[in-house]
Amino acid sequence: MIAEIGQFALLLALIIAAAQVVVPMVGAARTDATLMAFGSRMAVAQAALLAAAFAALTYGFVVSDFSVSVVFQNSHSLKPMLYKVSGVWGNHEGSMLMWVLILAIFGAAVAVFGRNLPPTLKARVLSVQAMIGVAFLAFIVFTSNPFMRLDPAPFDGTGLNPLLQDPGLAFHPPLLYLGYVGFSMAFSFAVAALIEGRVDAAWGRWVRPWTLAAWVFLTGGIALGSWWAYYELGWGGWWFWDPVENASFMPWLFGTALLHSSIVVEKRDSLKSWTILLAILTFSMSLLGTFLVRSGVLTSVHAFASDPARGIFILIILLVTVGGALSLFAWRAPTIRGGGLFAPVSREGALVLNNLLLTLACATVLLGTLYPLILEAASGGASRVSVGPPYFNATFAPIMVPLVAAIAIGPLLAWKRGNLKAATVKLRIAGVAAGGAIVITFIAVPGGPILAPFAMGLAAWLAAGAMVEWGSRIKLFSAPVAESWRRLTGLPRAASGMTVAHLGLAIMIAGITGASAWRTELITTLAIGESAQAQNYSLTLQAVENGRGPNYNFERGTFLLTDRDGDTLLMYPERRFFPVAGQTTTEAAIKTTLLADLYAVIGESRSAQDAGQKWTVRFFINPMVPWLWLGAFVMVGGGLLSLSDRRHRVGAPRRKQRPVPGVSGAPAPAE
Amino acid sequence: MRHFLAIFAIVAAISAAGLVTGSPALAVEPDEVLADPVLEARARELSKVLRCVVCQNQSIDDSNADIARDMRLIVRERLVAGDTDDQTVAYMVARYGDYVLLRPPFQPNTMALWVGPPFMAMIIATLALLFFRMYQRERVASGSPEPLTPTDRAQLDALVDKLAAEPRRPRRQSGLRAELEQPFGSTGSGGNGSDNPAT
Repeated sequence: MIAEIGQFALLLALIIAAAQVVVPMVGAARTDATLMAFGSRMAVAQAALLAAAFAALTYGFVVSDFSVSVVFQNSHSLKPMLYKVSGVWGNHEGSMLMWVLILAIFGAAVAVFGRNLPPTLKARVLSVQAMIGVAFLAFIVFTSNPFMRLDPAPFDGTGLNPLLQDPGLAFHPPLLYLGYVGFSMAFSFAVAALIEGRVDAAWGRWVRPWTLAAWVFLTGGIALGSWWAYYELGWGGWWFWDPVENASFMPWLFGTALLHSSIVVEKRDSLKSWTILLAILTFSMSLLGTFLVRSGVLTSVHAFASDPARGIFILIILLVTVGGALSLFAWRAPTIRGGGLFAPVSREGALVLNNLLLTLACATVLLGTLYPLILEAASGGASRVSVGPPYFNATFAPIMVPLVAAIAIGPLLAWKRGNLKAATVKLRIAGVAAGGAIVITFIAVPGGPILAPFAMGLAAWLAAGAMVEWGSRIKLFSAPVAESWRRLTGLPRAASGMTVAHLGLAIMIAGITGASAWRTELITTLAIGESAQAQNYSLTLQAVENGRGPNYNFERGTFLLTDRDGDTLLMYPERRFFPVAGQTTTEAAIKTTLLADLYAVIGESRSAQDAGQKWTVRFFINPMVPWLWLGAFVMVGGGLLSLSDRRHRVGAPRRKQRPVPGVSGAPAPAE
Repeated sequence: MRHFLAIFAIVAAISAAGLVTGSPALAVEPDEVLADPVLEARARELSKVLRCVVCQNQSIDDSNADIARDMRLIVRERLVAGDTDDQTVAYMVARYGDYVLLRPPFQPNTMALWVGPPFMAMIIATLALLFFRMYQRERVASGSPEPLTPTDRAQLDALVDKLAAEPRRPRRQSGLRAELEQPFGSTGSGGNGSDNPAT
């Protein structure tokens, strides 16, 4: 019964979404206030109905209603409640339902919070948002119905993949989708502005917070997934350049570019066409990611070809959405008049550089991700190549280095026309910091790749550069303390958010460098009471015990870790066996210190003739890895800080008509 | 981050093929490790660039599939037999095809893959250069009012000609003409001001 209510709500949401496409659009064309206002109500109703459908499916999982096919395939009565709930989105149908739910929530958020939007723009945004909604709701209803019943109902479910039964992973997909799908807002605003034929600074001001919010979620979601892989997969890897990872990373790259270019639109009324294009491209990458992950094309091109219904459906959505939006762009963009001029060396120029490099990075990842698929499809399966981490590392890093180097400089340049020389002078301290970091790393960490100390230097450069910029804003040391304090308290949160986010990136780069360059690993077998050495540590297997968890049996090792100074630490890695799924997972024991993670894993046991039972033991010293997550956390914090800026929430004032560019001799105030 | 969805796809694919036997991603087993640490280090480095041929985008260093183990053992055999790194990789390619290389080779069917990024970088650099040139031109032009579009220019010329054709106000016509021509004269653009405002 509950499932049928969910089904009904889903269908009703599809119908309402279809109406939401038409009514506000017509209303905007006729400037009919009633029709336009109707759009807002439908957006809220659509979100409410999808929330009801989602709740109905969640109910099915919570009470273990195995007559619902999806619940049967992805849940089990013995599973802990958290994973019963996370099982809702731990499968194709449920995750697509969550996708449209989040899409509808964003639409409803515009309807509710967008009171200060011009009514026609708001109506058109809601209409465009509903177009995406209709496409994906139709996809769910016609190819991926989550409320399909089984008759007769089975007695118990087949269980959720044990790897997915983890708190980190329970919250990873919702965050990721909030980011992924959140970029639909920027897309809808872009398309609505193209239809409207008007893009001004106010438009930039409306788009920025939505983009920022999506970016914060996506950053958090990617980091959470990476962290999960790190501690759950049992060998400390955290990024694999897997196509599915790339699918979420490409929207992130474009989204980051969009975040920066929308600043230029808001502050300088410039780069408007480009920002619109970026908004379209960012969401296109989200759609492409959905296609890659949901069509099965990654598993095998042949599997895709043999059961193409879902894949073709999403591919059509992708082509129509992207093709339609780009055609509209080609048609309308020439009517968008560019705003203020700016010199190549200027804040705008630096942001353009950021955009170009991020676009290049994204294009490279896209090429590497799609190339094997395209080659295989084009050659009919005869020609297959692999594009793996060595390719991405070789192409991605050279793009990132100049980008990171430039991040320190950009914010120090004035709008319109900057002074590179003055910025370089200010950055002397950062140069010293970078040099110091290189030298210290060389001395402190002998061995390892020759480039690693330079990467640490780059991180120090960025961190110090961010601090220099922050210091110069509040006139630290160059004005009386009281004056600095006054400036500090008056500093816009968006500006502080930028500093924090850039610092986070610096921390993350240090983490990436350390984790990739100086890892130590020990792989051996130990009997109880035996020890092994790794760097300055001695690892002793003290005991192994067996036990039962809620829905698994475990084997838990007790390791005594002794460092050079004689300090000791006990570690308890586990191996878990899930009888329902017939699978084993590892639970690494991780001790996080300031500079490194100590990471212990216990493997299978073997009986050796001479030494009795021995366990496979893996012990890793992962330097700087904690900085990776810390960096991501700080970046998210920077985004949230910026998002809390009042200026993002108050109504954007309509700017006075700008004077003709270049006529007014007064330089623009540097913010 | 082999995230959620990846795992979903991977596990579906691999378990369908009946390849999952042990725990996830516990790759190199202690009994595989070579006694010579130098050889072992080389083997590990090679393992990172060779693909487990039945896995979804995993190197044999990361994969716990049986075939990955076999491939790791073959790599070690070759190294122990005295092969260089290149010879070992060539041996694996001869056995498993280009597909085994995680760093695709530079050859006709992967040309676009390797030429693509530098090519795109060049396009972007060219665009940046064009922008720079355009800026310089506009900056020079920005000392005077916005240049006329060809349409404006034509309208203006027509207007001037029309006024010039009126015989009754000769003085006013010449004055107007001088007045209208004045701003363009200052940029030296003469007859076709909008096309070439800078020089």
